[in-house]
Amino acid sequence: MLEIFLGLYIFMLAAFVGYGVIKGVPALLHTPLMAFTNAISGISLVGSLVAAGAHYNDVSTVLGAIAVLCATINVVGGFWITDRMLRMFKKQDPKADAAGDAAS
Amino acid sequence: MISQVETLYLIASFLFILGLRGLTAAHTARRGLIFAELGMGFAIWGTLIHPDIMARFEIAGFFDTYKWILLTFFIGSAIGIAISALIPMTRMPERIALSHAFGGLAAALVGVSEYYREQVVAGHMDHTTMGAIGFEVLFGGLTFTGSLMAFGKLSGLIPGRNITWPLQNQSNILMFGGTFVLLVLVTIDPSNQILFYAMAAMPLLLGILFVAPIGGADMPVVITLLNSYAGLAASATGFALDNNVLIIAGAIDGASGFILSVVMSKAMNRSFRNVLFGAFGKVDEEDAAMASAGGERVQEASVGDAAMLLSGAGSVIVCPGYGMAVAQAQHVVGELAEILEANGTQVRYAIHPVAGRMPGHMNVLLAEAKIPYTSLMELEEINEDFKNTDVALVVGANDVVNPAAKHNPASSIYGMPVLNADLARSCIVLKRSMRPGFAGIENELFFAPNTVLTFGDAKDTLEKVVEALR
Repeated sequence: MLEIFLGLYIFMLAAFVGYGVIKGVPALLHTPLMAFTNAISGISLVGSLVAAGAHYNDVSTVLGAIAVLCATINVVGGFWITDRMLRMFKKQDPKADAAGDAAS
Repeated sequence: MISQVETLYLIASFLFILGLRGLTAAHTARRGLIFAELGMGFAIWGTLIHPDIMARFEIAGFFDTYKWILLTFFIGSAIGIAISALIPMTRMPERIALSHAFGGLAAALVGVSEYYREQVVAGHMDHTTMGAIGFEVLFGGLTFTGSLMAFGKLSGLIPGRNITWPLQNQSNILMFGGTFVLLVLVTIDPSNQILFYAMAAMPLLLGILFVAPIGGADMPVVITLLNSYAGLAASATGFALDNNVLIIAGAIDGASGFILSVVMSKAMNRSFRNVLFGAFGKVDEEDAAMASAGGERVQEASVGDAAMLLSGAGSVIVCPGYGMAVAQAQHVVGELAEILEANGTQVRYAIHPVAGRMPGHMNVLLAEAKIPYTSLMELEEINEDFKNTDVALVVGANDVVNPAAKHNPASSIYGMPVLNADLARSCIVLKRSMRPGFAGIENELFFAPNTVLTFGDAKDTLEKVVEALR
């Protein structure tokens, strides 16, 4: 019983921290933010790994293994695509103006 | 062993929050991402030495313990990388919706697996764990099918229009209430398996029914809400498994989705309730607007006229919309900007929060076209500058530049913040046809005396403009 309250405290504080930090994310980065949190929510990987590895019974193992598959797609794919997007965000390069028409 | 696991989880949680902080500025974002990746690494490491897995390891050895984990992890990584590396940026909303579906499914499966282990096999489950698993399965299932629906709509597999049927909201709310009652009942009596599986199945249906009536431009709100649900499902998993890193990461994800959906709703001047349950009457409204179209005259401009206007301008603000993504015109927008800038013209971009199909959609596309993020302006930053600007170039945007939102109380988008494209000295609108935008209303901007319209595919038109300017 006590554990559930401890969990609720953690949830509440984490939600406030998350709210406070994410409020500061500029609209510019909202799509990367979604991909990023998507990767982080792949943390359910942690739960599915135990189900897939502890071998409680066959059903739990199979369900766990499918869950590992789904969560891994999110974790690995999510981080990958966030990086792909963030790499595209470039600041103004002063030389780019001069070399502007040569580039195209 | 348990203290090692908890230490690794603690480090992981710290790194997640640190990583998130990095995302608050573009130049620190990639560093933040690396922190989060490290955090995930620690969380996985901690889980691989979880006491339950180690107990199995003692008996069965390395291969039998980790075979399923390794196999699924490698397949999952391969799929994840393949999707992420190959998908074009214009289809990012679909990619995000699909990944929410995977996240929801993973959480729901872990929930069912836990229930099966503790209740069905071991024959005992306490009420708090049952309640947590209930929420996990509820949010997970809802996110799974809801996101698949969103994915289908965004990718055109199912009609993107709002699908409506009689007594839709009433029946949806009734079913949601029913699912909740099942959740309470199964928490009181975890041993009733039929109740549990009924409760696990209902959200799958609900996800489909909730997203079906929501269409087109309301998608950003749906995607962000589902983002939030995916987080809550992960958090509920944490409660069921007494796992703090899951609770924390899920809470962060939930908060993020919540903030974004509030931002989206505000940018449309609509309440959540209106977006989620407001599909009614939309059809009639649209018909009426269609019928009234054609009364006034618009001024059409040829590609040459548009090129002339642009080449004579000292300052240009580009207003992109979903049409730019559909036409994949972002690269040619970049080319045009390059030519204009070489000519001494100042080019900036006004990004409305709900332009596109997900938050930040336009920013990512323009960044892909190598446009420096320092010239991508948010609505509040740039809206005052339109009146001192020579040309506003509207590329595939409609409702977000409709001045009726500012002064016509009868308009259905009245009160929604819009870009002041009408205040620029002249305004060029690139449009496929005279079809109204998502809100189904006529756009006053098109009939304004300082506005010209160039019809055609945005990409084709811009390519011709670029050709003419060279």
